[in-house]
Amino acid sequence: MNKTPQSIFQHSHFAHCESGVMSLMMSHHGLPLSEAMVFGLSGALIFAYIPFVKLGGMPLIAYRTRPKSIIKGLQKNLGIKMKMHTFSNPAKGSQVLDKLLEQGKIIGAQSSVFWLPYFPPEMRFHFNGHNLIIYGREKDEYLISDPVFETEQRCPVRDLERARFVKGMMAPKGLLYYPVYIPEDIDYQSILPRVIKKNARTMLKTPVPIAGVRAIRALGKSIGQLEKKDRRWAKLFLGHIVRMQEEIGTGGAGFRFIYASFLQEAGSILNNRELDIASDQMTAVGDQWREFALLAVKAIRKKKGEKINFPALQEKLYSVARAEEETYRKLLQIHFS
Amino acid sequence: MEQNKVPQDNIRTYNNNKKAMYATDGTGKYALVSSSGWKVEEEATMQAILELKRLAEKAHEEVRKEEKSPLYYHMYANRMDLQLLSESTGLFKWRIKRHFRPSVFLKLSSRLLVRYAHALGMTTEELHELPAENKIDVHNE
Repeated sequence: MNKTPQSIFQHSHFAHCESGVMSLMMSHHGLPLSEAMVFGLSGALIFAYIPFVKLGGMPLIAYRTRPKSIIKGLQKNLGIKMKMHTFSNPAKGSQVLDKLLEQGKIIGAQSSVFWLPYFPPEMRFHFNGHNLIIYGREKDEYLISDPVFETEQRCPVRDLERARFVKGMMAPKGLLYYPVYIPEDIDYQSILPRVIKKNARTMLKTPVPIAGVRAIRALGKSIGQLEKKDRRWAKLFLGHIVRMQEEIGTGGAGFRFIYASFLQEAGSILNNRELDIASDQMTAVGDQWREFALLAVKAIRKKKGEKINFPALQEKLYSVARAEEETYRKLLQIHFS
Repeated sequence: MEQNKVPQDNIRTYNNNKKAMYATDGTGKYALVSSSGWKVEEEATMQAILELKRLAEKAHEEVRKEEKSPLYYHMYANRMDLQLLSESTGLFKWRIKRHFRPSVFLKLSSRLLVRYAHALGMTTEELHELPAENKIDVHNE
């Protein structure tokens, strides 16, 4: 593999951390790959609602697959090979990082958001699945390319170490990664149809209603039952859904717009008009998710004594579920020559 | 979403930062567009922050009345809850709950104190102190 020096590394702004890191890293090493392509090719689109797994007292809701799955999915589907290190000892983890930087590499890393000082205070929540690129060190600071920021950042050595070694759910264990092999030719003609169909099948045919279209309906059902719950909790729950969908870097509408962008790009690579239509459908799905977010926030605004229309919110999610289902069915029907 | 509909609401939770969003141009082609935020997102984020603030304030008061140990306040002030503190220290929840009792907290070994202090990003001295004001502060416009 060609070694591209740090000196020509160019930061760029993306919607999402893990797909942004991989897009930048692949492009840096000579394989131009947009963020949308990274996201779609790794098969990262999902909807998950797991009421019995709680994060900060709220049920787990996710619009993409679990952290690291973009890196792993891309490896598997494109035949890229990544070297991944985790550490039990923070000092050792920092030592290895410095050594890799000295070799001129740019390094992907997983970290907590809460302990990164360059995040605005209002964005600092305990989330351990954040990703960024470290592309150098100057004295006691690392040079950071964080995909969800417009410009390059700097982070004191001590703070980054803390952020890389937080414990708990999705603990990063100091994870560092970089590519060791990138194929010269990628056979998009066969890879794209395969990953698109596989992702659509995952969304349609989950055995339990905690993932896929069935999970969207399950969430709708839960919302319909909120009337009986404590009102303050009900409002926090609605806010939680909106945050997972919009606040966490999703490029809007819980990654549905990124995926629509991917389908469009795939359509132009394969010269397949059907994919363009599916892309438009996915955009409409995203627009519906945004309408749901607006309705949810209007419900949060309701004062004491004002009625919240939970059935309307439920109906909106059922409508989202129908639109998603149709889109995936359409994708499964596409005939790729 | 079309590019001209990408919200530019200059929301306070972004703190003058921008996010990249996917949106279509006049011909329907997708591209990344910078957004200064959507009011809907701001309201959801602020709701979560105000909830954290409420919990920290309540804890602050309980510690002031010496019903709880300072550890209890510092947990909330660092935007954690019992589950998160348990995960980040590796201690069982029931043990931590005991340490919320002022009399038990005062007798904690220095090893345990270091463990808490590390997880909360403070010194063991700071861990014993209760600041005059709750540190999760949200300035209202």
